[in-house]
Amino acid sequence: MEEAIVTENLYKQYGSVVAVKNLNLKVYSGELFGFLGPNGAGKTTTIRILTTLTKPTSGKAWVMGFNVVEKPEEVRKAIGVMQQHLSLDRDLTVRENMELRARLHHFSAAERKRRICELLEYAGLSEHADRVIDELSGGLQRRAMIACALIHMPKILFLDEPTVGLDAHTRRRMWDLIRRLNADGVTIFLTTHYIEEAEALCQRVGVIHEGSLIALGSPMELRCKVGLYTVVTMADDGKVSYKYFPSREEATKYVQNLSNNIRTIVVRESNLEDIFIELTGRGVKEE
Amino acid sequence: MSFLMDVHSVLWADLRVLRRRIFRTFASSLMYPILFLLAFGYGLGGGITFEGQNYLDFVIPGIIALTAMTSSYNGAGSKLHVDRLYYKCFDELLMAPISTSAIVVGKALTGVVHGLISSLTMTAAGLLISAKFRASPQLPLFLLLLFISCLVFAFLGVLAALVVKSHQDMGAFSTFVIVPMSFLSGTFFSLESVPEPVRIALYLSPLTYSSQCLRATALGQSPSWLFVIGLLGFGVAFFAACIWKLRNSSV
Repeated sequence: MEEAIVTENLYKQYGSVVAVKNLNLKVYSGELFGFLGPNGAGKTTTIRILTTLTKPTSGKAWVMGFNVVEKPEEVRKAIGVMQQHLSLDRDLTVRENMELRARLHHFSAAERKRRICELLEYAGLSEHADRVIDELSGGLQRRAMIACALIHMPKILFLDEPTVGLDAHTRRRMWDLIRRLNADGVTIFLTTHYIEEAEALCQRVGVIHEGSLIALGSPMELRCKVGLYTVVTMADDGKVSYKYFPSREEATKYVQNLSNNIRTIVVRESNLEDIFIELTGRGVKEE
Repeated sequence: MSFLMDVHSVLWADLRVLRRRIFRTFASSLMYPILFLLAFGYGLGGGITFEGQNYLDFVIPGIIALTAMTSSYNGAGSKLHVDRLYYKCFDELLMAPISTSAIVVGKALTGVVHGLISSLTMTAAGLLISAKFRASPQLPLFLLLLFISCLVFAFLGVLAALVVKSHQDMGAFSTFVIVPMSFLSGTFFSLESVPEPVRIALYLSPLTYSSQCLRATALGQSPSWLFVIGLLGFGVAFFAACIWKLRNSSV
């Protein structure tokens, strides 16, 4: 498989704070890759380095074979980026924002018109095309950001927390759009701190904690690594503990032998949150 | 060719925004110059003869230079610093496959458009008021120098917007640099009338060069080429500082 993104000992330090520690990562063409971790784990810094907005302190990174420090313009031609915050010009309409990006990628007037129409349709924004960004709902703003990021038909799309702050219904519509993009051949690198998002969307997940990659694999591989079943117990004194088992039978056997001072017992399938707890001793959302 | 297309693209987006706010933008940018014209030109200076001429003829080019400075500076810097620090949409330009010089020139030309509309409006008012200005044979050179002045101060606006770390910093820069320059750069008085050390200090202000050049041409004289070179020098320095700042900023 062709490598779309490669990092080699990528390291970024702000003053005395290390944001990314020796990150070694490969993302392949056509993949929908998720970078999971709590706020402040180093996800956005990694995206900013890969999208040429921030220079690494040391280490190297390549996107579509181009070094992000030495060939930033080539990288920028190959990627589309949707940032965590609203990064469109709020005083321009959806169509004008798309037009600006198409101009910056040197599309002819006819190409601009055709591509903008296609993408407005694709993102379900046709009826909002001439509304100023500031007047749109959060969900429509996110879709407009994706539409703008896709204007030059990038090979890789970076999505930094694409559904943060969206309601459940809008989040699912966004997931559908992301899946459709990936099915259409776009490599997607997304960051998220939502466990269910990483599990629902990603073919492979990298778990990042305090700047270091602590786990990497498909959601199923990661679950197998820690144990497919989790037993959560809460003792009378309120202490919660987690135990992981490769099969439901082993989990059930463990439960049957528990002592009497347990107030609550839950047996369930393990998820990525369990992996994070097992590896760090803390939950993703607690951080 | 690609450079010019990129500059045009950056300018195009800003002009779309400007088109929506045109009345508010120019009404506010002309407020101060009109007040200065009324207060200094007609109020304090009415009937005064200054350096052998009517004070109104003397002060109008200074007020035009001041208008060019404030409008170009604000036109280039105001939106840019908000887009960079708060809305973060400046990141989108940084991620586009265009050169940093195209971004800087495009943003500066936004300031030039703001500056030219305001200062040409003041120029039209000046031509109506001052017979000496109307009769000047140097008007084409005056317009060229006005354009250069707008460009210089637009680069200063871009530089300030790239350097500041908060909205308060931008306000402080305006209070401590732009406002003193407005009053002290030979806009309302002659450089000959201030003590030598003060005059030397005033040569640190680009508005001094702009107001001297514009005044000379408005009064029908040739500008001092040293002043023209000085003005261009400030422009080159501001442009180079913008490029340096953009290329060396890693956030």
